[in-house]
Amino acid sequence: MANFETVEVTTDVLIVGGGMAACGAAVEAAYWAKKNNLKVTLVDKASVERSGAVAMGLSAINQYVGLKDGENTLEDYIRYVRNDLMGITREDLVANIARHVDASVHLFEKWGLPIWKDDEGKYVHEGRWQLMINGESYKVVVAEAAKNALGDENIYERVFIVGPLMDGDRCAGAVGFSVRENKFYIFKAKATCVAMGGAVHVFKPRSSGEGLGRAWYPPWNSGSSAYFTLQAGAEMTCQEVRFIPVRFKDAYGPVGAWFLLFKSQATNGIGEAYMQTNRDELENWQPYGKVKPVPANLRNYLMMLDVMDGKGPIYMQTAEAIQKLSEAEPDEKERKKKLKELESEAWEDFLDMTISQALLWASTNVQPEEKASEIAAAEPYFIGSHSGASGAWVSGPKDLAPEDYFWGYDHMSTIKGLFCAGDASGASSHKFSSGSHAEGRIIGKSSVQYVLDNQDMPNVDNSVIEAMKATILNPLDLYEKHSGETTDPDINPNYIRPNMFMFRLQKIMDEYVGGVSSQFKTSKTNLEKGQELLEFLKEDASKLGAENLHELMRCWENVHRMWQAEAHLRTILFREETRWPGYYFRSDTPKMDQDNWKVFANCKYDPKTDSWEMMKRPIHQLCD
Amino acid sequence: MPSYVIGEKCDGCKALDKTACQHICPNDLMVLNKETNKAFNRDPSMCWECYNCVKICPTQAIEVRGYADFVPLGAQCTPLRSTDSIMWTIKFRNGQIKRFKFPIRTTPEGTAEPNGGFATNDDIKNGLLSTEPEASGFSELPTIK
Repeated sequence: MANFETVEVTTDVLIVGGGMAACGAAVEAAYWAKKNNLKVTLVDKASVERSGAVAMGLSAINQYVGLKDGENTLEDYIRYVRNDLMGITREDLVANIARHVDASVHLFEKWGLPIWKDDEGKYVHEGRWQLMINGESYKVVVAEAAKNALGDENIYERVFIVGPLMDGDRCAGAVGFSVRENKFYIFKAKATCVAMGGAVHVFKPRSSGEGLGRAWYPPWNSGSSAYFTLQAGAEMTCQEVRFIPVRFKDAYGPVGAWFLLFKSQATNGIGEAYMQTNRDELENWQPYGKVKPVPANLRNYLMMLDVMDGKGPIYMQTAEAIQKLSEAEPDEKERKKKLKELESEAWEDFLDMTISQALLWASTNVQPEEKASEIAAAEPYFIGSHSGASGAWVSGPKDLAPEDYFWGYDHMSTIKGLFCAGDASGASSHKFSSGSHAEGRIIGKSSVQYVLDNQDMPNVDNSVIEAMKATILNPLDLYEKHSGETTDPDINPNYIRPNMFMFRLQKIMDEYVGGVSSQFKTSKTNLEKGQELLEFLKEDASKLGAENLHELMRCWENVHRMWQAEAHLRTILFREETRWPGYYFRSDTPKMDQDNWKVFANCKYDPKTDSWEMMKRPIHQLCD
Repeated sequence: MPSYVIGEKCDGCKALDKTACQHICPNDLMVLNKETNKAFNRDPSMCWECYNCVKICPTQAIEVRGYADFVPLGAQCTPLRSTDSIMWTIKFRNGQIKRFKFPIRTTPEGTAEPNGGFATNDDIKNGLLSTEPEASGFSELPTIK
């Protein structure tokens, strides 16, 4: 076995991940831990200052409820999420995040995030729930508060967490390795907060060369949360509810500001507004087809119908929108000033969060005030914090959760001592960056409550840890042993390198599980064939080979993706209906079935017996 | 390749205790070649073009060339990030130049207080989080009516 020093860290609360949810968990857990003489440790595979999905920045905060000013109620937010997810959502979780999210936003402002204000000092809204920000350093300020709360000595950066450490039915921490030096890490903890984001590159992306990295959600979100919770034996929910964003084509620049702030229209190639021309289709998806705003997946679907009819390209009519807004100004001078302002806002929208899109505009000589730009449906992503919903099934809060949604601690998974937030927790969509931070704060407190009630340190047998170490480092050993046997180390029958492993996974998912090349359509027979091929891939996972620490991380990231893929495939197969037609379409069960499938489709993997269990869970509505 | 390093400008961050781009890259792509003492992007197809290496480089040795499989050549987005703002210079393929300046934070670096100056809650058992209810702006935990 490769010669790695074993480093053991013992703590009370362990936070795995470094993004918005993890930083929320850090500020909150650190506060309660200090009061109770407990220790909090955070471990991140990157540098917290710029890790997670907000690493580049953001141009808007997508969840602000405005409760203090009576702008909206919790019930308003529940209805918005329920309808967008076609009825499938945990309303207790949505409400719990919604009642804590405004405080997160107010904290961001105190920490130094510039939030746009109008002349009366009120936040400038992009839409009903969205605020405009100058968000280049959004993550930097949020990370700074988390670091100041924890202290540098309690933060481990560039340590990749592979999976959970278990003591029977209780989570006992996590194991992983440094990507900088030959060190194997064991974190033993009384409570573990999982916040390692969603998953990208499970499906084949549209770009095939360098542009592979230009995923909409960042390529470093590799399914680590899903793997961690699955391997711990936690019940998972909404694994079928992937998200397909419609964004500016190829570079995936955001469309929110264009649709909501600039009131821009999208049309097909011959100038028809597909939301109007295809609106009859909405009748087939009632009652959700008639709600405003139209659910994201149905908006996608109406667009896809035109694309499948060959009526593309699809355009965001940017020039028309800017013209309309500037024409509203009374005189020529004001119009010019307004035009300049809108131009700057349009560019900042990209430069704050998707610089590639600005580069694509500049390289194709596009000025948005003069020319429309193409938009398109991207590839499927796993992101429970957005309009997808995949994640772990977690306990609701006592005062809001129906009996069967409650088991003791806020947002704890079905595994004792294992808490989830952000993309790691499911069925609580539309939390975005701010709600993920708020959910992180929720588990920061509830995990400390759990530790105070469960003071004993879990036990893990040393032989178990040694076996995990051997498995985790195996790709280095395989490569070392065999790479010299062929003249090109890329082509060797004894191992598979992580990038080819990823391409194999992506091809299976793309062709059989409803990816881009199959127009997001699949069926029982396709899924069963995909499952057969996925089994071979699972077997070959033990043949992954890594040349160095960076590649060792890539190997395990792709194993994580593969498990996210399997949970997804099995749940799509289980749910015998089509409920989110713009995310995926089951062509053998093409209609929504409210009588049999207005339920959660949950799954659970049992590591002891290597078997999966699929189950339905009821939906409880908390308001009209 | 998405982010690339200009050899003449890169000094391997010899004056710092660690290589800045290697420290910041969220995807562990930037590496220092110990023989040449120059940094490079080891896997351009996994680069998100997040520009964090470009923004942090102390010698402005890193730039981005758009993904060659769909971005025409000739354009450039160049940031100059200070402690409170960022200035962007956008060069179009046709030679046109645009400049934009945006604020990035309202407080001095390093000063973010975890509780944001809000009054704190001392009850570990209630449903309020540490800075609530003050940070929320209402007097008690909202619930569903």
